[in-house]
Amino acid sequence: MSTETLAAGLETALPTTLFRFATAGSVDDGKSTLVGRLLHDSKAILADTLDAVARTSADRGFGGEKGGIDLALLTDGLRAEREQGITIDVAYRYFATDRRSFILADCPGHVQYTKNTVTGASTADAVVVLIDARKGVLEQTRRHLSVLQLLRVAHVIVAVNKIDLVDFSEQVFRDIETDVQKVARELGLGSDGVADLLVVPVSALDGDNVVDRSERTPWYTGPALLEVLETLPAADELEAELESFRFPVQLVIRPQGALAPDAVAAGLDVEAYRDYRAYAGQITEGSVKVGDEVSVISPGHEPRTTTVVGIDFAGQSLDEAAAPQSVAVRLADEIDIARGDTIAAAGTVRESTADLYASLAWLSPKPLREGQKVLVKHGTRTVQALVRNVTGKLDLATFNVEPASNLELNDIGHAQLRLSAPLPLENYLHHRRTGAFLVIDPIDGNTLAAGLVKDHPGDHEDERYVI
Amino acid sequence: MSTYTTEESTVEVAAAVDAPSAERLSSLDTLESEAIHIIREVVAEFEKPALLFSGGKDSVVMLHLATKAFWPGKVPFPVLHVDTGHNFPEVIDFRDRTVERLGLKLVVGSVQEFIDRGELAERADGTRNPLQTVPLLDAIQRNKFDAVFGGGRRDEDKARAKERILSLRDEFGQWDPRNQRPELWNLYNGRHTVGQHVRAFPISNWTELDIWRYIERENIELPGLYYAHEREVFARDGMWRAVGEVSQPLPHEDVITKLVRYRTVGDMSCTGAVESDARTVADVVVEVAASTLTERGATRADDRISEAAMEDRKKDGYF
Repeated sequence: MSTETLAAGLETALPTTLFRFATAGSVDDGKSTLVGRLLHDSKAILADTLDAVARTSADRGFGGEKGGIDLALLTDGLRAEREQGITIDVAYRYFATDRRSFILADCPGHVQYTKNTVTGASTADAVVVLIDARKGVLEQTRRHLSVLQLLRVAHVIVAVNKIDLVDFSEQVFRDIETDVQKVARELGLGSDGVADLLVVPVSALDGDNVVDRSERTPWYTGPALLEVLETLPAADELEAELESFRFPVQLVIRPQGALAPDAVAAGLDVEAYRDYRAYAGQITEGSVKVGDEVSVISPGHEPRTTTVVGIDFAGQSLDEAAAPQSVAVRLADEIDIARGDTIAAAGTVRESTADLYASLAWLSPKPLREGQKVLVKHGTRTVQALVRNVTGKLDLATFNVEPASNLELNDIGHAQLRLSAPLPLENYLHHRRTGAFLVIDPIDGNTLAAGLVKDHPGDHEDERYVI
Repeated sequence: MSTYTTEESTVEVAAAVDAPSAERLSSLDTLESEAIHIIREVVAEFEKPALLFSGGKDSVVMLHLATKAFWPGKVPFPVLHVDTGHNFPEVIDFRDRTVERLGLKLVVGSVQEFIDRGELAERADGTRNPLQTVPLLDAIQRNKFDAVFGGGRRDEDKARAKERILSLRDEFGQWDPRNQRPELWNLYNGRHTVGQHVRAFPISNWTELDIWRYIERENIELPGLYYAHEREVFARDGMWRAVGEVSQPLPHEDVITKLVRYRTVGDMSCTGAVESDARTVADVVVEVAASTLTERGATRADDRISEAAMEDRKKDGYF
């Protein structure tokens, strides 16, 4: 390709949008091979990397009829992973097509699967779950789908892999598809308007239905995996469309005398900016316009209502901004606002509460016990919390909630916590950002759990809207 | 809306491509907002952050993002440069002009001083990149920096692909890849105890091409050696090495003048140039998009030492 045609191609392709997805499954399902196939066929693997992988494949005697490159080697990054032939930790990979730039969180399946799946899924717009066509839906599949339902991943794609090893049998695929949909129905996945579910037959090893539609599965009329990933709406788009503007304040920008010398050199009016004061943060959902009425939520205060008079971004004045933009917001009234406060569309925020009912995905080898003191990080605020009780533990195989008094590594359970200060908590079901929190160990600072806010028992969503 | 039909069910999906695309942020805008969010989080939660600044393109982009994050205020932290003593003179000149223009404090950790004091030994291969770790940790400890911003990207190397955005380092600056904190949503946990510090990588999710497209879009100045220029070079290890005070050809290595540019800028003794006629940022964007080699594979001798070269250096406290 000449430089001119390539440049013209880049011109028409821009701007691409960003899409984050995760893969869940074990090495045995061919997950690393699928990831390698996506990277390889979308030409994200450069020649020197491919050479290194080819050399290692040859050294290990990989090859035979399939042609020699162990695509799984593309994703195992750490020495221990290559030595042991397993994937230990989530790895992030990057590739792009004309339409989109992709961030792929490759989540290992069999070691600490909950920790890795929760981590990868928490930022994902979509998750691809792998099933081995020869084995069908396993307990691990149920666990994965259960975690994805808990985390409200917007798009779940089940890739029925190794379809070549069942002779591209439609019957095998349809049976697995039926089983997947049965599990999804039990979980409520895909039937409550939050998530959608798609089942695709693929062969990661040969590339069938990965990047291009395969002629060997004529009975499948749906899109190839990459086509799906290119066209699904990203969570950011969905979050920007929500009507509930949410803006956790990260810090106050108040330079007083200390204006940026480069901005001053570029002609910034020093007098006009002497008393500049703006609240910096990233919009977590919805959008805001200059002139909008907003509520400022801070602990120890009644919510205060004021008006947005400016939205600044590095010298540009914006009329409007939406999730996930990082901006600085100026308000009409001089209100005492600090990090940890939230600016929100007026009249859309529920009363702050110090009673936290939550689902917890426990990610630490240290178990959770009733009576334990922890830290809760929600938005830009960290508060102390007391674990009042553990109210149950999810059996990921049966989806029943069993009685429990503690939670251990990889458990998903329900708990009630008492916070040292009230927070503007929102149900994770509808607010993926303001409904999420971290549980942190106050002793060593490690992250203990991913927390998802639930409604108070007996509460109805609408009743507690006070402002 | 587009509709996917399988035999059992019909899944309706609102297709992004059918919607008016002007509404949607470009991938660069999304990455920029993510990076600014991370930079602000670190500044808000840490006592004494610093930004690693080498004059290389990734650190220049980092500094540019920091100016945007705090506009119209000054960047509220110093920059830290670990000087190998094997620098390209034009990069040091660029560094000093940048620091001056933004009114920043510059802290320098010097590899040469450690060698002079006998606390570090020159390597047999003459490469000083791996020697940066000791002066880096020394500068962090002496200045009591509790968070250090780096321009590391996950697409650079397979060990970096596993690194967190906020990455905890122990009292010895070591990275423990098997015991990393899970990083959930956009909630970053920067808690650390005395002696520990955190490395923050706000541009983790950017690729080399993103960096160049952003430099083009934002009209960011870089040291001139990133663009094609005539230079005296000789071939070694399959790379073009510049002739300089610390980088001398052996008798059998012929010196020729070539049109080259640098894809990475590091220690002059181990960073190679690539043949290129990309004289402008637009040319470079096209060249990078079409490149069949990774930037480290093409230009860094130190990463060719072994398959886990980067992982081993990072465990010891490297960037």
